[in-house]
Amino acid sequence: MTDLIVLGAGPAGAAAAIEAAALGLATVLLDEAPAAGGQGHRAPSPALFDPPRGEGAALREALAASTARHLCGRRVWMLSPGFRVSAIGPEGPEEHHAPALILATGTTERVMPVPGWTLPGVFGLAATTILLKSEGVLPGRRVVVAGTGPLLALVAAGLIEAGAQVVAVVDARSRLDWLRATPRLAGRPDLLARGAGWVARLLRAGVPILSGQAVTRIEGEDAVSRVQVAPLGGGAARVLDCDALCFGHGLLPATEASRLLGAGHRFDAARGGLVPVLDAGFRTSIPGLFACGDGAALEGAAAAPLSGRIAALAAAAAIGRLDPARCRERMAPLQAAHARAAAFGRATAALAEPPDALLDLITPETLVCRCEGVTRATLDSAIARGATTLIELKAATRCGMGSCGGRVCGDPAARLLARATGRDRADIAPATARPPLRPVPFDAISGGFDYDELPIPAPAPL
Amino acid sequence: MPPGLRIAGLRRGAMVGFSLDGVAHHGHAGESLGAALLAAGVRVLRHGPEDGGPRGLFCAMGSCQECRVLVDGHVTEACRTPLAEGMFVARLG
Repeated sequence: MTDLIVLGAGPAGAAAAIEAAALGLATVLLDEAPAAGGQGHRAPSPALFDPPRGEGAALREALAASTARHLCGRRVWMLSPGFRVSAIGPEGPEEHHAPALILATGTTERVMPVPGWTLPGVFGLAATTILLKSEGVLPGRRVVVAGTGPLLALVAAGLIEAGAQVVAVVDARSRLDWLRATPRLAGRPDLLARGAGWVARLLRAGVPILSGQAVTRIEGEDAVSRVQVAPLGGGAARVLDCDALCFGHGLLPATEASRLLGAGHRFDAARGGLVPVLDAGFRTSIPGLFACGDGAALEGAAAAPLSGRIAALAAAAAIGRLDPARCRERMAPLQAAHARAAAFGRATAALAEPPDALLDLITPETLVCRCEGVTRATLDSAIARGATTLIELKAATRCGMGSCGGRVCGDPAARLLARATGRDRADIAPATARPPLRPVPFDAISGGFDYDELPIPAPAPL
Repeated sequence: MPPGLRIAGLRRGAMVGFSLDGVAHHGHAGESLGAALLAAGVRVLRHGPEDGGPRGLFCAMGSCQECRVLVDGHVTEACRTPLAEGMFVARLG
């Protein structure tokens, strides 16, 4: 009998599972990856010997020492009320049941489309950190790093450390934006210093940092060979030769799971966009359902474990395994620490918010939906013919209907829709969340039945 | 395509052979098929459905579905597939 299921073994989910298990709850932690850590603390591939010891290793050791049952390699594709979690595991389909469910589903990276962004050799910034840290492989030898937010400096510094040449860092936000954010970042001087260290690494290597500029076009035959870069305020464009572009515009809370279960959501730009409505105990609007970490609010890796622990305490109280007064007492210091860490996380996340001017770089021929090959011109035409929601756009153009489930195109399409209809991004609701949460092979979920064993009633007499 | 994308100075596991569309390649057992193909100089993993343009590894975390290929007859993301000896990989289109 399971008391609690935690979905996602990143910093938030692992901390939630460890806390819940320590409270005596029979806890099952499900994750898609072969080892815990999420994407930020992802375990190195087994092909790499003696990898550097990072925070991820400490997380995995703490989890191994816990009585929480960590089931890795589980692709969760369906969630039902009550709660039932359907997954594909190493041995085939599985179902897990528990009265409480904590979602710690992390984020999806946002990449704003530009002409040529579908070319091989264009990688997300998060993808680049996975290649560098988990696989020990460079995305290219001559690399341009572009987009928005603190991942730019992290990725560029990592590339240099790994032996690549970073041609330039292109940041769509201005130096002034960064300067304005500094007071809010000062609440966590340790993390601010880490960021400053990445920038110092770039300056030592002589990497040009092009602020207030953007990649406007990506060119190449079968893979990227050069990018065009121009100031967003207007001015001369330049062409940079490269064999890879690491490109990203911030992270988006992955809310498919909480939306699929019907929890209330709201758009909160300060928390990364669409997020589940939560109280101070990370309870969603659905009794027994909790959400924590960056999937609940984009507040960073320092805040994530604190939110996970708070959610675990709330979950234990919700199923009657922790006295409410004791729960409040134990939550208070965690909530105070969380507030400090979250303020830093929100300030860095705000720096990744893509400026509106990036929408002007999406030319009519540019693919917005990569899966279904839908261009901006097709979207604009559907909007001109009356589409006002993402669901109508999807019905009219197939945008967001492909195998990624709309995770890649959803935010850019919503921004284009908002711009064209004179509304705020906040007023564009997401398309309906539908199973499967991730693609699963049909034979895997249908199971091993034999057609000959299906009962077929005798035909009615004529 | 520049040679040598593997980061120098890292000890790695045994080399194994695999094939992509009948062409022999090598990589380290246990690394992701996506990383092995990238290191082997293979960037184009499929072509887009409408534009026909080349596509490759993009998100590297099983979300975007751009790197899906046939591995031993099953559609799977190259970025989520640990490389094993004798893996038979084919492009979908």
